[in-house]
Amino acid sequence: MTSSDYIKISQGLVYDPLHGIDGEVRDIWIRDGCIMDPPTDLAIRPSRTIDASGLVVMPGGIDMHCHIAGPKVNVARKMRPEEKRRGEQMPRTNITHSGSLGSVPSTFATGYKYAAMGYTTAFDAAIPPLGARHAHEEFEDTPCIDKGFYVLMGNNHYVMQSLKNKEPQKLKAFIGWLLASTKGFAPKLVNPGGVEVWKSKQAGNVSGLDTLVDHFEVTPRQIIKGVAQAAAELALPHPVHIHCNNLGMPGNWETTLETMRALEGHRGHITHIQFHSYGGGAGDENTFNSKVIPLAEYVNANPNITIDVGQVLFGETTSMTGDGPLGYFLSKVYGGKWFSSDTEMESGCGITPIKYRNKSLVHSLQWAIGLEWYLLVKDPWRVVMSTDHPNGGSFLAYPQIIRFLMDRTYRRDILKTCPPEILQRSSLWDIDREYTLNEIAIITRAGPAKILGLKNKGHLGAGADADITIYTPHENKEIMFEMPRVVIKSGRIIVEQGEMRDTLIGKTLHVQPNYDQAVETDIQEWFERYYSIRWRNYPVDLSYLYESCVIPTL
Amino acid sequence: MTYAATQVYAPTPSVPGELKVIQDATCTFCGCVCDDIELTVKDDHIIEAKRACVLGKAWFLNHSIEDRPSCMVDGKPATLEHGYDRAAQILTHGKYPIVYGLSDSPCEAQRVAVSIVDWIKGTIDTTTSVCHGPSGMAFQGVGEVTCSLGEVANRGDLIMFWGSNPAESHPRHFTKYSLMPKGMFLPNGRKDRTCVLVDVRKTKSAKAADIFIQIKPKRDFEALWTLRALAKGIELDPELVQRETGVEFSVWTDLMDRMKACKFGVIFFGMGLTMTRGKHANSEALLALTRDMNEHTRFVAKPNRGHGNVTGADNVVSWRTGYPFGVNHSRGYPRFNPGEYTTSDTLANREADCGMTIACDPMANFSQPAREHLASIPFIALDTKETPTTRAAAVAFTVATYGINTGGTVYRMDDVPIPLRPAFPSPHPSDYDVLTEIEERVKVILGVTHK
Repeated sequence: MTSSDYIKISQGLVYDPLHGIDGEVRDIWIRDGCIMDPPTDLAIRPSRTIDASGLVVMPGGIDMHCHIAGPKVNVARKMRPEEKRRGEQMPRTNITHSGSLGSVPSTFATGYKYAAMGYTTAFDAAIPPLGARHAHEEFEDTPCIDKGFYVLMGNNHYVMQSLKNKEPQKLKAFIGWLLASTKGFAPKLVNPGGVEVWKSKQAGNVSGLDTLVDHFEVTPRQIIKGVAQAAAELALPHPVHIHCNNLGMPGNWETTLETMRALEGHRGHITHIQFHSYGGGAGDENTFNSKVIPLAEYVNANPNITIDVGQVLFGETTSMTGDGPLGYFLSKVYGGKWFSSDTEMESGCGITPIKYRNKSLVHSLQWAIGLEWYLLVKDPWRVVMSTDHPNGGSFLAYPQIIRFLMDRTYRRDILKTCPPEILQRSSLWDIDREYTLNEIAIITRAGPAKILGLKNKGHLGAGADADITIYTPHENKEIMFEMPRVVIKSGRIIVEQGEMRDTLIGKTLHVQPNYDQAVETDIQEWFERYYSIRWRNYPVDLSYLYESCVIPTL
Repeated sequence: MTYAATQVYAPTPSVPGELKVIQDATCTFCGCVCDDIELTVKDDHIIEAKRACVLGKAWFLNHSIEDRPSCMVDGKPATLEHGYDRAAQILTHGKYPIVYGLSDSPCEAQRVAVSIVDWIKGTIDTTTSVCHGPSGMAFQGVGEVTCSLGEVANRGDLIMFWGSNPAESHPRHFTKYSLMPKGMFLPNGRKDRTCVLVDVRKTKSAKAADIFIQIKPKRDFEALWTLRALAKGIELDPELVQRETGVEFSVWTDLMDRMKACKFGVIFFGMGLTMTRGKHANSEALLALTRDMNEHTRFVAKPNRGHGNVTGADNVVSWRTGYPFGVNHSRGYPRFNPGEYTTSDTLANREADCGMTIACDPMANFSQPAREHLASIPFIALDTKETPTTRAAAVAFTVATYGINTGGTVYRMDDVPIPLRPAFPSPHPSDYDVLTEIEERVKVILGVTHK
């Protein structure tokens, strides 16, 4: 079979929320890696027909926030040999490479596992620009999925300097240049300003949106507002992806609310919001409680805001973040090995093993707070499924999360195993809402595609990429979603019932915004003064992308 | 699959008699991976290497194309095709194939080498296992607080070197990264920094240091634990400390005062620490000390890596297998056990029955039992020149030199990936070319249809 042959998925129960199709029996036609309208010429016969009668058909899943490639992820792989020998092993076959699992799978294992779960696109959420070339090299070894990454810039010196000097035009050009130079997808802010303070003094951090960052004399609020404004002017498909200040701290919900306000109406995505929704006295774990209700009210009332959850699952995992001071904090909480790395002019990084226990009140609350978020945001198009893999848990937990959302008895059964004080500190027990399959299709595919500005993904209309997952319905939704019947990527059948049938490398999704190139002279002057590599050796050229796919600006 | 990056930076042929200048070329001689070299090329010779250090100049200026066949089989010149076929036969017929080296090869070639190992269910190991392998193991025990080299240049006001002699091993280390640069927060450069050297002998680096502390040989661990205790405020017996470390107690307390008082401290460490008594325990003590110091100020540590792309090898092997070196695939999936799957051990224990060496010379520097065993088994060697290892190989490929004749990517010692800008082409194939040809044949023999 060649790619120009026709494939027909026949008589499946189709969920395509973008087109308002909520479980209707339809045929889907595929040619040249794309979905097409059913041919009007009756003489056209498909070379292959997949009988999907009785099966559920959805677009391929999209993970819009995970950590799967680049310097930090690779350090975590190296750092955790102890967790790989137990559990599942992944031997090579005649069509697939071997790999290792644990909380931070090797590159090939990552690609195969996403595909086997019906996910066909994933975005790494935190790449330091200086490590962009590394991330692209790993992407080429991460098969079966399309990939992209967000570029860390919330503590970038040029960003802060432009804000300090009140030069918004330079800031805008810099963001355009940085995305183009790294072949990245979107601006990412991680603890804006706080990482720079961490680099300059012991246990340094900012405490809130209006703390002045030493030397640069800017505040997190100015960074958030300035980048959101510049990104809007650059018409980026996903303008700004924000990891707020004060992650994990009791009482941090006010920082989160202030962050959303700081956007001043500009589009912005607040990521792993579960970790930013805590009430309680500053630093006091005894008063820890959920503040999802007031935050979700704000989200519901402000359509410029989208979120992903960062669901916590009970078990062992590895925390990894571009938030250097957070890494230090977590390493002191858990007392295990700790990795920290500061990247010149740009960013930081922290890694430490962690274990979420259902007997811990704090961990149980984190679990419950995540589920509250899915259930309290009214518009499913603005809330996206994520575990912040591997921070809250593995991406492999998505089927279980789907079951939590579709089955209130199941989630209440788990809640019963948690410390009883949780019932006073979170509203989860009282929420009756259960997700429908259509809503699941929104928060795992159609929604993230829309939030990311991916017009060819997350739906099954003509012209869409033929990234399609076919599931066998099951009363237990975890079973249904953990092993799709068929997974199709770019029109090729790559998985059948958990077995890899075919592999491909996948595309790299990135942006190429227009920006004022005259500002490059100023950027170069700054760069050459402070960076340890040469200006010409910094940008990643297209040769590092196996298959480039430029996502147009709006 | 082809890694396009190897193609883009392909060198342009020289025009006879004309000068060609390559700007921002990268030197791969040591882990500093200086990427600011200006090469002048005439008639396939580098006649000038601006900004290169004494080692870099030797690397570039002495480079000439080896006048020997690209392929030798059983010591006789052979066609490349014959060599590829024979290599694939050797690697697929053993029960315990090993692949070793990789640290002077670009990432694109390293990736193909790991693929081959995966298909043949072999064992892959890099020269890390004989240099900073113990640091890698220590890292798995306690972690590491570190930074990129530009961060040292911009912020490091207390620079320590422990068991490392950059004046001779990394000559531009001081000027480019650690001592001389005028950084963002250190406008006066060297004047704003204090440099401390700790070693068992007074090396040439001592001249660059403000303070030289000469400890007793094999007492690095004791010295580091003395500092750890002082950092934690634990009372010590001054006489015992002096007896164990060979250094007066007051020297250590003075050093600890400086470490606590600095704004951004850095310890660069070398094989003087990792390959002497204590090995990974030494590295672990140093990494733990660095971590402890973050209770008082900001402090980082960094191994001074030797080979040009040994850091790339660590990265490639890690992202593909999950482990940095010493990885066995005999069960079809990767397993890690330094001391068992590391090459000096698979050879000395007479377990390996065939192999391939890439850009390394174990016949010159391994133990006698390891060398004897390697000489007794069929293996393939890839090197830019003739070495004791290539002479003992069943199949020896003369390959083009990375960074001079071929492109690709290398990782500096701080994990920063840098592209290569080669100067002129070589008649010999690159590592990448040879390994790709061998991989294709291995796949055919084993029935692997992975695309």
